[in-house]
Amino acid sequence: MKRFFLIVRRDLRLALRQGADSMLVVAFFVLTAILFPLGVGPDPAVLARISAGVIWVTALLASMLSLERLFQADYEDGNLDLLGLAPTPMIAVVLAKCLAHWLTTGLPLMVAAPILALLLNMSAGGLATLMLAMVLGTPVLTLIGAIGAALILGARRGGVLLSLLILPLYIPVLVFGVGAVEAAVAETGARPHLQILAGLLLAALALGPWAATAALRQALE
Amino acid sequence: MYYLANPNRFLRLSGTVLPWCAGATVLLLIAGLALGLFVAPPDYRQGESVRIMYVHVPAAWMALLVYSSMAAASAVALIWKHPLADLTAKAAAPIGACFTFIALATGALWGQPIWNTWWVWDARLTSMLILFFLYLGYIALSNAFEDPARGARAAAILALVGFVNVPIIKFSVDWWTTLHQPASVIKIGTPSIHASMLVPLFLMALAFTGYFLTVLILRLRSEILARKIRSIQLARVQG
Repeated sequence: MKRFFLIVRRDLRLALRQGADSMLVVAFFVLTAILFPLGVGPDPAVLARISAGVIWVTALLASMLSLERLFQADYEDGNLDLLGLAPTPMIAVVLAKCLAHWLTTGLPLMVAAPILALLLNMSAGGLATLMLAMVLGTPVLTLIGAIGAALILGARRGGVLLSLLILPLYIPVLVFGVGAVEAAVAETGARPHLQILAGLLLAALALGPWAATAALRQALE
Repeated sequence: MYYLANPNRFLRLSGTVLPWCAGATVLLLIAGLALGLFVAPPDYRQGESVRIMYVHVPAAWMALLVYSSMAAASAVALIWKHPLADLTAKAAAPIGACFTFIALATGALWGQPIWNTWWVWDARLTSMLILFFLYLGYIALSNAFEDPARGARAAAILALVGFVNVPIIKFSVDWWTTLHQPASVIKIGTPSIHASMLVPLFLMALAFTGYFLTVLILRLRSEILARKIRSIQLARVQG
């Protein structure tokens, strides 16, 4: 357990000292979302209608862009080999790295989301549900993404490949994340959507690190 | 299982199976197409366009069957390091992608006169589209590494992860109320299709399975031969 938090702290420190990475992800998130009012026109009714979808899609893409740094740097400088040899179980290493990744991308995305909701004319009830859905949904993005990030280690054109591998698997989070917000806005009850998101989180928590560990092991062989 | 692990033994056995498999495929395809296109009655509401079903439904079944067999082969490859399982999964992927594409394309052609639209975002259509992209991702990942063995292992893990989509596709029409009709053949109780349509449908399904096996064996044989040629060339270079 102590080693688990040592790895989390190390990754957080690396992310904070390099600094720019987290900010870049948030900047990408805000910028792509701002493109939509410019693209579809500033009609408040239209923006309110598409706000949930726009925020979730841009959050998906932003979190995907940051995945490459999850294992890539450690793989290239050999740290991952050492972590693989360490007495800490590999699955704990993966979980620690996922936690650090979520703290440096999922959390900043959630902080930025209310500002975007304001810009896109989302209702207050919708925003509250959006935050709840993001609490449940963004860790799933990190956990599923970890599998992809581990699979592409050492591959050619890894970045483009990652999007092809991961985006199809992200779709359930998108569907139920948007569904929750739209149900809250229409007042038909967001609870079932949120419960499915919670179920997705539990399933991703149980299976994701396991698959990512298998992928890392074969990358280190 | 280990009997076929020897590539030479596989080459010999598959060489004798292959012509039978190909012959059966051709016969079944002729019988299925003849019954489906000329003998089976037109539907009382859909008219002649119901005949697209004899290609669409077997192709969709095959899309799921091929992915399931890919996932099974990947599991065998990861657990027992069976040398042919890796090759089987890799050889099956493009065939499965083709079946998925055929199912999607024929579905669109059928949907235009019947549903009055080429495409709707309903659960089954969307999950089939995701399956298509899973196939593409698998093919891309298995070709992305310098070392083909490494690519095969990475792709095997991806195939197992992507398998979660298969039950979602199968049950999507039951879980969500969708435009796509629910299962009418593979379900508990008797099929809700008349025998005059069911017989050509099953013949076509068997023909598609035979086609899959034939092409799979052909691809496996050519892959094994390509590896042999490469190792001979390498041995010659190293002298």
